[in-house]
Formats: sequence, C-alpha cells, structure tokens
Amino acid sequence: MPPKNSVVLDARAVDRTLKRMADEIIELHNGTDDLILVGIQRRGVQLATRIVEAIREREKVEVPRGALDITLYRDDLQTVGPRPVVGPTDLPWNLEGKHVVIIDDVLYTGRTVRAALDELADFGRPARIALAVLVDRGGRELPIHADIVGKKIEVSPTDRVDVLVDELDGKDAVVVVPRDEGA
Amino acid sequence: MTRTLGKDLLGLEPLSTEQIRLILDTAEPFKEVSERQIKKVPALRGMTIVNLFFEASTRTRISFEFAEKRLSADTVNVGSSGSSVQKGETLVDTARNLEAMRINMVVIRHSASGAAHFLADRIESNVINAGDGTHEHPTQGLLDLLTLRDHFRTLEGRRVCIVGDVLHSRVARSNIWGLTKMGVEVAVCGPRSLLPKDIGEFGVRVFKRIDEAIEWAEALNVLRLQLERMQAGYIPSLREYNRVFGVTRERLERADHEVLIMHPGPMNRGVEIDSDVADGEQSVILDQVTNGVAVRMAVLYLLAGGRPDLADAAKGGSER
Repeated sequence: MPPKNSVVLDARAVDRTLKRMADEIIELHNGTDDLILVGIQRRGVQLATRIVEAIREREKVEVPRGALDITLYRDDLQTVGPRPVVGPTDLPWNLEGKHVVIIDDVLYTGRTVRAALDELADFGRPARIALAVLVDRGGRELPIHADIVGKKIEVSPTDRVDVLVDELDGKDAVVVVPRDEGA
Repeated sequence: MTRTLGKDLLGLEPLSTEQIRLILDTAEPFKEVSERQIKKVPALRGMTIVNLFFEASTRTRISFEFAEKRLSADTVNVGSSGSSVQKGETLVDTARNLEAMRINMVVIRHSASGAAHFLADRIESNVINAGDGTHEHPTQGLLDLLTLRDHFRTLEGRRVCIVGDVLHSRVARSNIWGLTKMGVEVAVCGPRSLLPKDIGEFGVRVFKRIDEAIEWAEALNVLRLQLERMQAGYIPSLREYNRVFGVTRERLERADHEVLIMHPGPMNRGVEIDSDVADGEQSVILDQVTNGVAVRMAVLYLLAGGRPDLADAAKGGSER
C-alpha cells in the first residue's frame, strides 16, 4: 500500500494563516505605506492576492500586487533543462524606496528566493525586501530565512510539500506527499 | 508529447505541432523582458554563441544578437568577408575551429540550401538555421506565426496567403510548413514563373490573381521580390510586376473585409507593396520585427537547456 498524503493545513487553516500573515506584514512595516507585495509564479501570486484582500478588509487600503517569474534567473538551466512554460512577470512600478514583500508558497532550499532577489535588483532598488512564505519546510542550501512564516513543518527530504490554491487546484490546502505517491 | 526541441533548429518542416506551440508559448514572457528598463536576464550566462553570417543580413543578424545579449550570452560575429572564408576555408573547418575554442551554439546564415543541416551533423554545438539558400528560415516562420497569433488569438482555421516569389523564398517554405502544422489554411499567389512546379504537393491553394487572394485571405504575407529576378527573366519588369501582383491600397479597399499585412523585409516599396499599405493601419510589419527578438530568445533558451536526459533525471530532486 502506498504511503498516504497528509494534510498539514485545510482550507480554513490556510485562510486563517494568510490573515495572520497579513497582520504580521503590516506590523513589520508599521503600516502599509510604500508596501508592494510580489508573488512568485505560480502559487505565490494567488497567495499574494489573498493577502492583499486581507489587508484591504483590515486596513481599507489597496496594496499593489506584482508577480515575478524567476525561471530565467535560475542557476540550474543546464542541468534541469528549461521549464516548459515561463510565466509572466508583472512589476509595473518603480521599486525605488519601496518596501517589497516577496510572497511564496514553500520555502525549501532558498534557491528560488535567491533568484527572486537577483531579479528584483534588475527592477530597481527597494528600501527593504522582506520574505513571507506560507510553509517553511527546512532544508536550506543558502543563507536565507523568511521574515514571516505561515507554518513551519519538519518533513523528510524525499517528501514533497504541495500548496493547493482554489484558483488553480479547485481547493485550498497544504499537503505533504511521500515520494512514492503517484510515481 | 515532445516538450523539448533537441539539439538544433534547422527548419519548421521537421518540427511537430507541439514543438512549434512550445516555442510560441515560451516567446510570450520574453516579450516582456524587452520592455523592461534593464533588458537582460541571466538565463544563458556563460554560454558562447557564434553568429556565422555568410550572406548579407541586417534584421536577422541584429535580432539574433539582441536576443543573445538579452539572455546574457557572450556573442561573436563572423562574416564571410574579412574572415578565413575568403581564403577558401571550408564551412566545416571554420566551425570546427570555432568549436575548438569551446563555443556552445552556432547561428548560421548561408547561401547554400542545407548548410545548417550539414553543419549540425558535424559539430557538437547547437545549430540554429538563420536562413539557408532557398530552403528554410525557421525563426522568420516562427515570428510570423507569433504575430498572426497575437492578432487573431488562435491560428486554427485562419486563412493566410503568401504573395510573390515563392520559388526562391525560404521564408515562404518555413511559413507554409509552420502554418499548415498549426492548422492554418494556406494559399500562394504569384507569377507562374515564380511558383514551384510541385506547389501542389505542399497542400496549399494557388491564386492566379491577387484580387482573388485578397478576397479570400485574412492575412497576406508579402514576400520581397529580389530585383535580380528581373535580369534572370522571371518577370518582364518591376512596373509590370507591381501592376499585376503589387499589394496596393485600392486593391485592399475593394475587399469586403480587413486584411492583415505582413512582410519579412527588406521591402521594395512600390514593387511588391505600396508605401501606404506598408505604413497603413492593417500593417503589422514592425510587430513582426519586435516579435523576432522574442521568438529568437525562446529558441535560444529552449536549445540551451535542451538536455532531456538530464531534465528527466533531475526533475524529482528540483525544488517546486
């Protein structure tokens, strides 16, 4: 019998967690002035949109939401081959002096964040860049940490952590998938 | 389903519909890179690309060079004049010498049909055909497809007519193969003397009169009439050609629908196309040039990582 998937966060827990992250983002920046949320393609973008909604409900302000596809900044093109589809990058603002919060679904090796920092640098020089992730699964390969973490979990390096979002997957959840599953 | 391109891009004839769609889809995000203030991403950092242009070219050579530089590759340009080619060095020797300097890719333009294939079989580096004789010009075909898709949203079932010197045109061949693979209905229109004798085997419609072609088509791809064709006796005179096959405003206005106008350049204004058509509202000729950079970035990017064996092995271990 194959090992079972385990649900770490269900839809209600995801919602609660994102709202708490929204509060922490406002706290960390003493408000919403000059704040820009940048979601990393793909699921970071949906999560960023949810956090923007949560901030709107709480603070009655609309925080800009950008999108970043880091595919072209990866350091492993030669070994893993090109990603089939490079998603859109959408950062139509001057980042000079802004407080940018990178939003991603899972923080693992840190290589995605490293690429995102490189890419942001090509768009301008923000006053500050913070990192907020829904799940921190450990296993860092670079000196990178998140400022805001939705849920910290310990999983084996062979497991996969999937973040599902309603817009793309039909439901919200965080699931740990053992390696053999679906192989 | 093929999600990679393999080692080389030699033509559109050998590609599958999925491979063509992969290139067009990959080109989309690259359009945005060229709109950035810093028009550069590090995807091909450390790769060395040689542009071997044995035939005159402005647009294609510069477009490739921009594409390479915007992906952070290091580039070297080699032309036939001022290089060892003038001293009689063979194509293979030139390429092998370059390869001995540890290059990664060769972009080649050559007057001999099949030159790119010939090279691809003999060197390890990726080879991209930037036009070989009267055979193929695949990146032009791809940028034409991308421009059509931008305009019409979908390609399936659209009607495109290629007008002019189809016989000598590598652009026409790449277009015919690319368009038909993407489900576009294709026609050609031109003087009998400038259509291939075996045109029936391409599965395209043939119009004898330009007015019929305009009536039928949603887009015209107007080919450059090479002026030396007149000396060779293919057409009586340029004025005669313009009178019978020239794409003019009067002709377009007689049609009951709008017709998109494309041209691979360089144009002979007043011969195959009139100035007010080339500069008119239905013209997407400059969009083609913009899309050329994005399509070439996509091809370079896909070929650079085109090691499916490694890609499959590494998939499990990679993040996300």
